[in-house]
Amino acid sequence: MSDYVETINLCRTFGKKKDLVKALDGVSISIKEGEIFGLLGPNGAGKTTLIKILTTLLLPTRGEAYVGGFNVVKEADKVRKIINLVSGGETPGYGILSVKENLWFFSQLYGLNSSVAKERSKRLMADLDFEQYANTRMSKLSTGYKQRMSLARGLLSDPKILFLDEPTLGLDVLTAKKLRNYVIDWAKQERKGTVLLTTHYMIEADEMCDRVAIISNGRILACDSPQVLKEDLRKTPIAKIEVSSVQTDFSFIEKVKGIIGYSETRNIQTGVTHLRVMVNDRKVFAEIESKLNEAELKVLAVNETEPTLEDVYIRLVGKGFEEAEEKAHA
Amino acid sequence: MLDDLVRNLRVAYARLWVRVKGGNREPEWLIFDMFLPIFTLSAYVYLYKMLGVGTEFAGFVVIGGTMLAFWTNVLWNMSAQFYWEKETGTLEAYLVAPISRMAILLGMALGGFVNTTLRAVAILTVGLLIFQVPLALNEPFTALLIFFLTIAALYSLGMLFASLFLLYGREAWHTASLLQEPVQFISGSFYPVRYLPTMLQLLASLVPLTFGLDGIRKTAISGEGIAQVWPHVIALSVFTLVLLPLAKLALNFMENLGKKEGRLTLRWQ
Repeated sequence: MSDYVETINLCRTFGKKKDLVKALDGVSISIKEGEIFGLLGPNGAGKTTLIKILTTLLLPTRGEAYVGGFNVVKEADKVRKIINLVSGGETPGYGILSVKENLWFFSQLYGLNSSVAKERSKRLMADLDFEQYANTRMSKLSTGYKQRMSLARGLLSDPKILFLDEPTLGLDVLTAKKLRNYVIDWAKQERKGTVLLTTHYMIEADEMCDRVAIISNGRILACDSPQVLKEDLRKTPIAKIEVSSVQTDFSFIEKVKGIIGYSETRNIQTGVTHLRVMVNDRKVFAEIESKLNEAELKVLAVNETEPTLEDVYIRLVGKGFEEAEEKAHA
Repeated sequence: MLDDLVRNLRVAYARLWVRVKGGNREPEWLIFDMFLPIFTLSAYVYLYKMLGVGTEFAGFVVIGGTMLAFWTNVLWNMSAQFYWEKETGTLEAYLVAPISRMAILLGMALGGFVNTTLRAVAILTVGLLIFQVPLALNEPFTALLIFFLTIAALYSLGMLFASLFLLYGREAWHTASLLQEPVQFISGSFYPVRYLPTMLQLLASLVPLTFGLDGIRKTAISGEGIAQVWPHVIALSVFTLVLLPLAKLALNFMENLGKKEGRLTLRWQ
């Protein structure tokens, strides 16, 4: 397999001197033809910036990027002929037009013959289970169906490289699963489609990607297959701790000696916070539990668990996605 | 090369199609666009009747009202269009596609022209029928030439504005508003420009609509021909020949600036 997408020391900054923000800081990745490659990181990590540069929507400040062997700055026209982009949470077309009309229109941006375009639209609508809405105005579709239409729009041109920017953002579990499976099938077809996916859903990266790059503050922290990334953590004890409080600031557990990192998910409805804690020795779990008890918090359960991609992130950054996003917003 | 040309022609046609289909899908829009301008037009005609200035002025008003429909379309549906495309997310799809952005603008211009022609014809017909404006079309082809040259110049100006507004946020809306009434005033939509002070007449000469209105009135109402309106033909041709390449240059410049500053697809500014 040859390198199909490559970035070399790619940097992108926004703002000026005092308010300079480094969105990408020396990113070097290479993606093989036919690979589903994931960029996993919290909001603000630099995922969308990287996709925008690779899809010719943004210029890099420094470094180089190639898509299909073409330089994204100097040969943008050639790059555009082989790519398409699907952005999650976007309006996929003109609200006043029907789904069918919208798909025809967007096919014209790639010069498709009308009969080919109609045939492809029909097949994609059937494959993605929304052909019953072919004559419905786009504005009347639910979020899930808009997202199906978005994916169909991206695949209409039969791109060699498909960029998916948070494609299942805000979707229900079933719809998200359906779209994920469809993309996997599309990439593994005979002709081989290359996919670059950005997501902050661990399960999405885990299920879909051949390789994943973990990105934080514009830097690639790790890059390998999900299995290898998780395998490295097999010997690291990880536990899920359920605590009966959603209002507590749990940052005090960071002070426990032997803790590598943790993340928290608060469920307002059940009043339970799920802490995911990574330690260097199993004994530390008991110490954390005792700290929680000292703080008069009710510990409902402590269960050791298998590593996930989020744990890989926690080990690299010391905190989970939500905490990283909160820190970035603060 | 040929592939690129065919693709860009398809894009222009598709964008035209979207505009015509979208613009006429809601019947109430059509009715509002066609018949509401008649009220403004009537107000001016009755004012001139009250002042007893003759039917010539009613003709001025009907032609002015008809051509204003195109100016309104250029401002609201051409100039601010990329701003709306950006807000709704479709601009990103255009910019990622292997197409000339001018093909999109051409499609928008042609679609806008088709839609507005439907409305303009309605305004013209109702205006002529109600106010019994006497037409003196001695050289219909000259009148048509002036009309199409005016349209070409106006939509070229629209393309230039669309390019300049590419990076605009909400201010695109205000800028369009800012251009609506002043241009309506100095271009002499409802009266001859010669009654304006000299400074304003000079300013008016920078607006293609002024030449268009004057030329169409001369050929359609005063019965004049190419011998009298050749300066209008030249002026309108120059407008088009200057504005069109300028629009392309501005579009390239703004797109590059947007990519450099990261503002190309940045929304809700």
